[in-house]
Amino acid sequence: MTSNETPELPDAEATLLALVERMRGAVAFDAAFVGIYSGGAWVAERLAELIPGNHSLGFIDVSYYRDDYARTGLKGGARRSELKFDVDGATIVLVDDVLFTGRSVRAAINELFDFGRPACIELAVLIDRGGRELPIEADYVGARLAVARDLSIVLSRDNGRLSLTVEPVTNA
Amino acid sequence: MIRNPQLNANGELTHLLTLEGLPADVIRHILDTAEPFASISEREVKKVPLLRGKAVFNLFFENSTRTRTTFEIAAKRLSADVINLNIGVSSTSKGETLLDTVDNLVAMNADMFVVRHAQSGAPHLIATHLNQHRQTHVHVVNAGDGRHAHPTQGLLDLYTIRHYKREFTNLTVAIVGDVLHSRVARSLIHGLTTLGTPEVRVIGPRTLMPTRVDAMGVRVFTDMSAGLAGCDVVVMLRLQSERMKGTLLPSAGEYFKHYGLTPEKLALAKPDVIVMHPGPMNRGVEIDSAVADGERSVILPQVTFGIAVRMAVMSIIAGN
Repeated sequence: MTSNETPELPDAEATLLALVERMRGAVAFDAAFVGIYSGGAWVAERLAELIPGNHSLGFIDVSYYRDDYARTGLKGGARRSELKFDVDGATIVLVDDVLFTGRSVRAAINELFDFGRPACIELAVLIDRGGRELPIEADYVGARLAVARDLSIVLSRDNGRLSLTVEPVTNA
Repeated sequence: MIRNPQLNANGELTHLLTLEGLPADVIRHILDTAEPFASISEREVKKVPLLRGKAVFNLFFENSTRTRTTFEIAAKRLSADVINLNIGVSSTSKGETLLDTVDNLVAMNADMFVVRHAQSGAPHLIATHLNQHRQTHVHVVNAGDGRHAHPTQGLLDLYTIRHYKREFTNLTVAIVGDVLHSRVARSLIHGLTTLGTPEVRVIGPRTLMPTRVDAMGVRVFTDMSAGLAGCDVVVMLRLQSERMKGTLLPSAGEYFKHYGLTPEKLALAKPDVIVMHPGPMNRGVEIDSAVADGERSVILPQVTFGIAVRMAVMSIIAGN
């Protein structure tokens, strides 16, 4: 596929509900949802609202754990990772908006272990766009789609509503 | 135009030598970057892997336990390898020049130098030397040079002020004491004016004021009570007795009487004033214990913030 073809994007809110249906009843009652900033954090907030159970909510910024620091430096504004529950022994569902190479998830898993030793970590993503460069797979997926490598799928939030757009990759 | 040696061809910070002439957005980026680093020190594993495999050399040609330690902690929390060189008692005493020492350490694959030197301009000399020899992957942080600059102290002071006061654009800040010998004061004045602080005051005896200090955009007060009136922030400077030659002051007791910060004098400032000090403090010389340990003092939070600020500086310049 080339970037000349603009892929058909699913509606983000409908995809979120599809993801909720897959997770409902499947995730542990007390699983903590940890969203990767920034898109994953928005999805995690919504999952915590929509999925019944006693779910702690946390947010993680993987800037300090990325593998491309040597090439791109520390450009963007990193945010404080906030995990206000005990990571030791916790069941954690890591949440991201788009699963692509798997590198952000690798970074997030490493960071989680610096907070403690979780009992288990699962992965939930709104979109799985393929193109993995690491042996990482999601346990819960809202929608799967194929997108050219030189395009990036961007999740936005406006007044609480999520939406998806496609943009050319910006090489930071 | 001569390029600022601190910035690379893209205008990004690659060395930190002074706050003078540093654009406001670069300063704000450092302060913003420091904020999340502050939380790392509260984690179970107080480390992030950002500078894993990097070699940071602490080159201290002048003694400083605290600054060296905070740089060492900052580098270690970024997972760098830290090598401390106490140069005063090694190579230079055998006659090696500063730049030969640097070249030797670059040959050992140094990635960053944290430099403290009694001579103003030594870190600048090293940075220029590295730039000229295309060693642009090696970075320099000035940890205090002569009377010139102490930019990471200036940045941690700015971070502290912003933490408690949020904005600079409505503040009155007083810097009190031995401005003449103080690189801390110079760095802070440049940072405050760049960020738009409307009133920066310096308070001290004429003998401890640099000539033409008013050219830095500050108001000069020799009367402490007048200078403290209405201040939001009071920064006390250490009386640098070890740098004093001749008869700049009659005695430490006389100094305390006129320029020591007591609760009575502090009452002239705003009720929500914060009191800062770069350390090490001389209790009973420039500051009364009742103030240093009092509820308006943020002297110990400054130390904690200093680690986050140094982590931010190192991780920004090492990535550019």
